[in-house]
Amino acid sequence: MKPKTPSKLERILAAGHLAVTSECGPPRGSDGKAIAKKATMIRNHVDAINVTDNQTSVTRMCSLAACIRLKLMGLEPVLQMVTRDRNRIALQSDILGAASFDIYNILCLSGDHQVFGDNPKGQNVFDLDSMQLIQTARFMRDEAKFLGGDDIERPPRMFVGAAANPFADPFEIRVPRLAKKVAAGAEFIQTQCIYNVERFKEWMKGVVDRGLHNKVYILAGVTPFKSAGMAKYMKNRVPGMDVPDALVKRMSGVPKEKQPEEGLKICVETIEQVKEIEGVSGFHIMAIEWEEKVPEIVERAGLYPRPQLDN
Amino acid sequence: MRLQYSSSIKIIRLPCTGKVDLLHILRAFEKGIDGLYVVGCLEGECHYKSGNLRAKKRVAQAKEILEKVGIGGDRVEMFNLSSSEAPRFVQAAEEMAARVKNLGPNPLRKAFKKMAA
Amino acid sequence: MIVADKKPIEEIIEEIRDYERILVAGCNECVTVCEAGGKKEVAVLASALRMYFMNQGKDVQIDEVTLERQCDHEYLEEIRDRVGGYDAILSLACGVGVQFMAEKYFSKPVLPGVNTAFMGGAEERGVWSERCQGCGQCILARTAGICPISRCAKRLLNGPCGGSTKGKCEISKDVDCAWQLIIDRLKELDRLDDYEQVMPIKDWSTERAGGPRKIIREDIRL
Repeated sequence: MKPKTPSKLERILAAGHLAVTSECGPPRGSDGKAIAKKATMIRNHVDAINVTDNQTSVTRMCSLAACIRLKLMGLEPVLQMVTRDRNRIALQSDILGAASFDIYNILCLSGDHQVFGDNPKGQNVFDLDSMQLIQTARFMRDEAKFLGGDDIERPPRMFVGAAANPFADPFEIRVPRLAKKVAAGAEFIQTQCIYNVERFKEWMKGVVDRGLHNKVYILAGVTPFKSAGMAKYMKNRVPGMDVPDALVKRMSGVPKEKQPEEGLKICVETIEQVKEIEGVSGFHIMAIEWEEKVPEIVERAGLYPRPQLDN
Repeated sequence: MRLQYSSSIKIIRLPCTGKVDLLHILRAFEKGIDGLYVVGCLEGECHYKSGNLRAKKRVAQAKEILEKVGIGGDRVEMFNLSSSEAPRFVQAAEEMAARVKNLGPNPLRKAFKKMAA
Repeated sequence: MIVADKKPIEEIIEEIRDYERILVAGCNECVTVCEAGGKKEVAVLASALRMYFMNQGKDVQIDEVTLERQCDHEYLEEIRDRVGGYDAILSLACGVGVQFMAEKYFSKPVLPGVNTAFMGGAEERGVWSERCQGCGQCILARTAGICPISRCAKRLLNGPCGGSTKGKCEISKDVDCAWQLIIDRLKELDRLDDYEQVMPIKDWSTERAGGPRKIIREDIRL
């Protein structure tokens, strides 16, 4: 697939490399240096950095502002955009705002319900859903028009991505759902973090059977366990997460001070196993509140150094 | 068995406690009664299947309302027993009589007196 | 039907505290069916309020009436002769009825006695749930008879989201995932292939967002 945008992420994928992305959460305040620090820690070990958008409905500095800061630092941001908080006017407007700083990557999401965050009494918007946001981003780029039909001056050139969760219910539509996102225009996918490699393999088989891996780049999500407590929490309290008992046992079977290392081991092993699966184009490392370990994970998984593109 | 119980209690007989309406209870207190209790069959043994369960819910509603309007939720109560349990019947009677005596007269009686004056 | 829930009596007492002659007006339709504002509920509330005010030593007159419907001028007319005798009307009708009452008896304070909640139906005795949001452009033909706008917490037209777990919504185990229901039904109707059609961006102009709505039927106006 030939790259359609100047996105560094797209070009690395198009060149046939296994891409590596990670994420940074903006601070709960206006200190831009906080996110600059996180990004600097990982900049040489990833091809692009996702900036989350009020994740879990907890109010934070907006993704757009943080992405602009990263772009000005010479990094490659991925603007995560949820449809929970903005209507179609604001969504298109923010896409243009990002494009005005030559941000070339967008991840289109619906967003966690506001009941999980710090404003459960607030309204939600959902003027569009994630599928329709994908369509919108593609429309703005490829037709150079607003949804309303008017022409866009200097249209955005976004590499459009979406999320996929092979572990959510119902399983039988998880591959059709990917097909739907591809039909809507998704060009890359970042999956929910993988703990159940067998189930992920099953999903990928369905994906490959339908030839979807040739139409969209799939980046497999991974998250290292910091502790046995975290493993249990993710197993029991996070919707759409599949953590096999064996992994929880493995984490609990190790003394507390050795658990972080065990978590990292599991993460690297997962990457090694997933590397072998047909159709996987890269990895999305979500080291929540543990960003400093991303470089180590990338190196231990044999994904360092990152490919350099001749500009 | 000819057991004795308090003479301050007036009995109203019904074919089933399911026939007790929330309004019967409330209007009785509106008129100034001091206490009311509903005696029904043991749960699971209602002759009409679930009449006593409905009564239970209505008594609970009455308690809440009477408490909120300042009359006192303890003035109304539900008891379950089988028709052969005469001693239990007396026990319930004595319990309610003592409880209501302790609570004193319905506070509305003061209001009636004032309005009559 | 319109489903409403009783207002806490403390709130109602607060609403009517300044008045001495109150007419409690019920409605014989929706609020009767969901046992929030019918003749029985009017009687119970009136009795409770009388006891409250008597206990406070206040002489408050509380009368009861239940109209066939409060969303109809004809039925509201029935109390025109009585209304003059009251300081306020406490309406146990849904929000529509309360407002029609207030419009009709313009100089009489009209207060709500129930919290109007949603358009829905009874799943079983004592349990009512939402089914319709009145979006104005019904898409039930394309979603196997299950509405994603009123039953999906995110009103996703291309769901489910990644939070759907064992048929339940991420916000609560007590809420069904609308998209699980839709998929189950599509399977039952042998139309699971329809799932892959991308539902286009919705025109929300006929929904609340477009402004207060009105339907005019010239074919039946006189």
